[in-house]
This record gives sequence, structure tokens and C-alpha cells, in this order.
Amino acid sequence: MIENINSFIFQLLNYPYLQNALFAAVLVGIICGVIGCFIILRGMALMGDAISHAVLPGVVIAYMLGASFFVGAVITGVLTALAIGFISQNSRIKEDSAIGIMFTAMFAAGVVLITALQGTSVDLWHILFGNVLAVSRTDLYFTLGIGIFVLGTIVIFYRPLLLSTFDETMAKATGLPVKWIHYMLMLLLSFVTVASLQTVGIILVVAMLITPGATAYLLTERFSVMLFLSAFFGVVSAVTGLFFSVIYDVSSGASIVLVASVLFAIAFFFAPKQGLVFKMLKKPKNETVAP
Amino acid sequence: MADERSIKVDRLSVHYHGQTAIRDITFTVSKGMIVGVIGPNGAGKSTLMKAMLGLEKSKGEVLFFGKKINAIRKQVAYVPQRNSIDWDFPVRVEDVVLMGRFMHIPWYKKTSREDRSRAREALEKVGMQEYSNRQIGELSGGQQQRVFIARALAQDADLFFLDEPFVGIDVESEKIIVELLHQLSKEEKTIFIIHHDLSKVEKYFDELVLLNQTLIHAGNVKEVYKPDFLKEAYRGSAAVINEGNEMVVVGP
Ligand SMILES: Nc1ncnc2c1ncn2[C@@H]1O[C@H](COP(=O)(O)OP(=O)(O)OP(=O)(O)O)[C@@H](O)[C@H]1O
Ligand SMILES: [Mg+2]
Repeated sequence: MIENINSFIFQLLNYPYLQNALFAAVLVGIICGVIGCFIILRGMALMGDAISHAVLPGVVIAYMLGASFFVGAVITGVLTALAIGFISQNSRIKEDSAIGIMFTAMFAAGVVLITALQGTSVDLWHILFGNVLAVSRTDLYFTLGIGIFVLGTIVIFYRPLLLSTFDETMAKATGLPVKWIHYMLMLLLSFVTVASLQTVGIILVVAMLITPGATAYLLTERFSVMLFLSAFFGVVSAVTGLFFSVIYDVSSGASIVLVASVLFAIAFFFAPKQGLVFKMLKKPKNETVAP
Repeated sequence: MADERSIKVDRLSVHYHGQTAIRDITFTVSKGMIVGVIGPNGAGKSTLMKAMLGLEKSKGEVLFFGKKINAIRKQVAYVPQRNSIDWDFPVRVEDVVLMGRFMHIPWYKKTSREDRSRAREALEKVGMQEYSNRQIGELSGGQQQRVFIARALAQDADLFFLDEPFVGIDVESEKIIVELLHQLSKEEKTIFIIHHDLSKVEKYFDELVLLNQTLIHAGNVKEVYKPDFLKEAYRGSAAVINEGNEMVVVGP
């Protein structure tokens, strides 16, 4: 193991592409972790999955037109969020069904476009599963820009975001534009997905959104602490996952997600208050059963 | 002017998907009153409150002291029905109470020491200061309700809207809350309380709004709390018995 770590550090010091990869993965770990906390507490995990998949046709069309894939991705991401809202508000279809309909439709459109483009260099595999080792300097600056924007927005709107997440009716009653806050989050979610494309890929983005946040949720009772813990777990997953991916030459996105999952499993069983093991140990003593 | 001392609801109606929830509700209450909103299950009590607060699409007009709701939003404190809150949410008691200060803090500022001390004072008023570090799910129903009352107090509002604050809470908490509400009413705050059962109505409220989709009657408690009106509102689901001067009400 020590040898492997030394070898990883050696490679890191000598290969700029690996440095880029590491920075990108760390950034993605942070922003996914932070946005993920809001996604979890608003019960929007499925929405996160939807937006990330819906980004695909935007990326492909942008490629076809030679435009920035960032713009394409954000447009289709936000359009999908709007369409989901439109369907669930204007029919008896419930939101989760609307999400299921929209994101599969968008994703299918993306796959059809890609297969129609066969022979070009759009690599479906890399969009779907990421390839962090191909991150260029430009990509890295781009990710950094998104990261600063996303974190800045959350810092500025921290109180409205917290209140509207915790108590939507009071938020509305005191005059917060709750609907706009929702769409702002969807916009940030599209940004984060685009930033994560190369690191973990479309399919696994949702894991980076949900898993570190869920791990943090089991460990703290304060929202601000949850945000930091979640970002921390995102970073640990990113670095450790990248390490395994380099040493054992396996997919970077998938190994990052696996590390995040292992962290979650540890918290699930051994968290001091919420962990399964301690809950079981405590139960016989307590007379009242928590609801 | 009378307008500045009263809240006027004029022909307020709400429809959900073509179905009437409330229709043509009209009443006036004056400043500083504790107003009970009474009616059977599904009568549209919560809907009335949300429509008054402009949270539900509605027809008709509501004027608070001569102004529309959007002009006085910062002065409105709302205490939600208990079942609308996620009690597993990672916030502690003091964080919840501090939320009552949020609308007074400009977006570019941090919460100040004064905001924190206001929150602490509010928590002391409801007797919950010892619990300030607890996660909200670890409290009893009555304690949870007291925390949300404290949030409303911290807000320094003029208008209070409480949706069924006495459901599922202990006697002690109920007493503390009722005392606080009377205190607020003395300070000229107007308080709307949705109340589900008919017990203690006369003790708690100054005025009543009795409804079942349409308005049955509104006004002074003594005037509204009469067997005929109650029978009309509850349509046989509550038995009302008059025993001399005492009115005994058997809920459904
Ligand atoms: N969001 C909604 N969509 C559709 N119908 C609704 C909605 N909210 C309430 N209703 C309907 O409107 C009517 C009035 O509901 P409301 O919640 O205002 O009653 P309530 O008097 O508060 O009842 P409770 O005592 O049970 O709280 C009910 O028939 C209810 O089914
Ligand atoms: Mg109700």
C-alpha cells in the first residue's frame, strides 16, 4: 500500500495531466457535495438524476454545432426542469412520473443523436462515465469558474435557501420567491452536472450529489456542518477514488463513486447517533421507541 | 380611519381543480384581537388562511390595515401545521428560532449578535432555553410547538397566523402558549388561530370565524358561539347541548 501511495505521489508530481485530474476531482467533490445537501433535504434525488441525464442531448447538439457544450448542457438541463414542473402542474401526473417521462425522453434523444453521428469523435462512453485523466488546463479553469459561481451563489442565498428548504410555507408567507429559488437550484444543478461530466460522467453524477450528503446527514444535526462534511466526503472520495483508478487502472468515475459508497456504508453502520449498530445497542435500555 | 385598525376579508373564494374549497368569505376583525377560525374537517380553514396570506390563488380582496398582503409580509408570522414539517431536518432549536430573524437581515449581512439575542429571548419566553442545542426531532410535540411560537416571537411581527397550534400538545405547553398569545394581544398584535375542536373556544378567543366552505358566521365569540350556528357548521357531526347558562359541546 505504502508503495502504491508513493507511486501515486510520484506520478502526481511528474505528470501535469494527473494534477489537472486531481484538482478537477476535488472541485467536483466539493460542489457536488454542497449542492447535494439541498437536493437530499428537498427530497429531490430523482430530480438530480433527471437533470444530469437531460444534459446529454445538449452536449451532443452543442458538439454538432461546434458551440460550447456548457451552454448546450445548461439549456437542456433547465428546459427539462421547466418541462417537469409544467407537466406536473398542468395535469394529474405526479411529479415523480413527470420526472421519469422527461429524463428518459431527453436521454434517449441524446443517445439517438450520438448514434446518428457515428464515426465522429464524440465518445459516448466518456460522456456517460467520465474520463478524468483527459481533463485539460482549460477544462480545469472552466470547472473552477463553475465552482466559484455555485459556491458564491449558495453563500449569498444561504438563508433563503435554508428557510425555503426547511419550511416552504413560512418562506412564501414572508415573501421569498420560492419558485425562483427552486429554478435557481435547478440551474446550479445543471452547472454542477456539466462540471462533473469529465470526472464522473452523466450516469454517476447523481451518486456524487446524493451519497456524500447522505453520509453527512447521518453524522450531524446542523445544516451548516452538513454542508462542510458533505464537501469533505466528496473530496475524500475524489482523491481516494482517483488513487485507486491510477494504481489499478480502472475507471476513475466509478472508483470515486465506490469510495463514496463505502464511506456511506461506514456511517450507516457506525455513526454515533444514527448508526445502525449503536441504535441496536441502545434499544433495550430505552423504554420509549423513537418514532 | 377604521381601515387602519382592521383586517377586511371581502368575498374570498378558492377553487382547487374546479372544486370549491371556500366561497365568498367576508368578515372584518379589528386589530389586537385573538381570532379563532373554526369549522369541521375539510371546511377550508387552512385554505382560508393561505388565501389570506396570498399563498393560494384566490378571488376576492383581503386588506390588512388598509394594505395588501405584499406590503406587510415582513410583519406576518406563520406557524405551520405540525405535520408539514420534516422533523428529521438537521436544525437545532436555536437555528429554527433564528429563522424568525431572517427577513430582517439584508442579504449581504451576517446574522448579528442582536439577532441572536432576540432569538434567545424568544426561546426564554416559551421556556425552552435549556433545549437550544437539541435537534428539533428530539422534542415532544408541545415543545416543538413552543419552538415555532418562539420563532414567530423572534420575528417581531404584527400579525400571527397559527395553524392548529394545540393539536397533540401537553397541557403545560398549551398553557404557556395561550398566556403568550394573550400577552401579544395586549400589545395590539392580531392573532389568527385555526382551532379544530370546540373545547375552550370561549376561553381562548375574542372573535370567531365559523365556516364550512361558506361563512356561517363571524364576530364576537359570544355572538358566534351559539348552538344554531355550530349545528349549521358541523351539520350533525357535533352534538351541541344547552344546559342553562353553560353550553356543553361534544365533538365528533
Ligand atoms: N392543494 C390542494 N389541492 C386540492 N385540494 C385541496 C388542496 N388543499 C386542500 N384541498 C381541499 O380543500 C378542502 C379544504 O381543505 P383545508 O385543508 O383548507 O381544510 P381544513 O379546514 O384546514 O381541514 P383540517 O381540519 O383537516 O385541517 C378539502 O376538501 C381539501 O381536500
Ligand atoms: Mg387544515
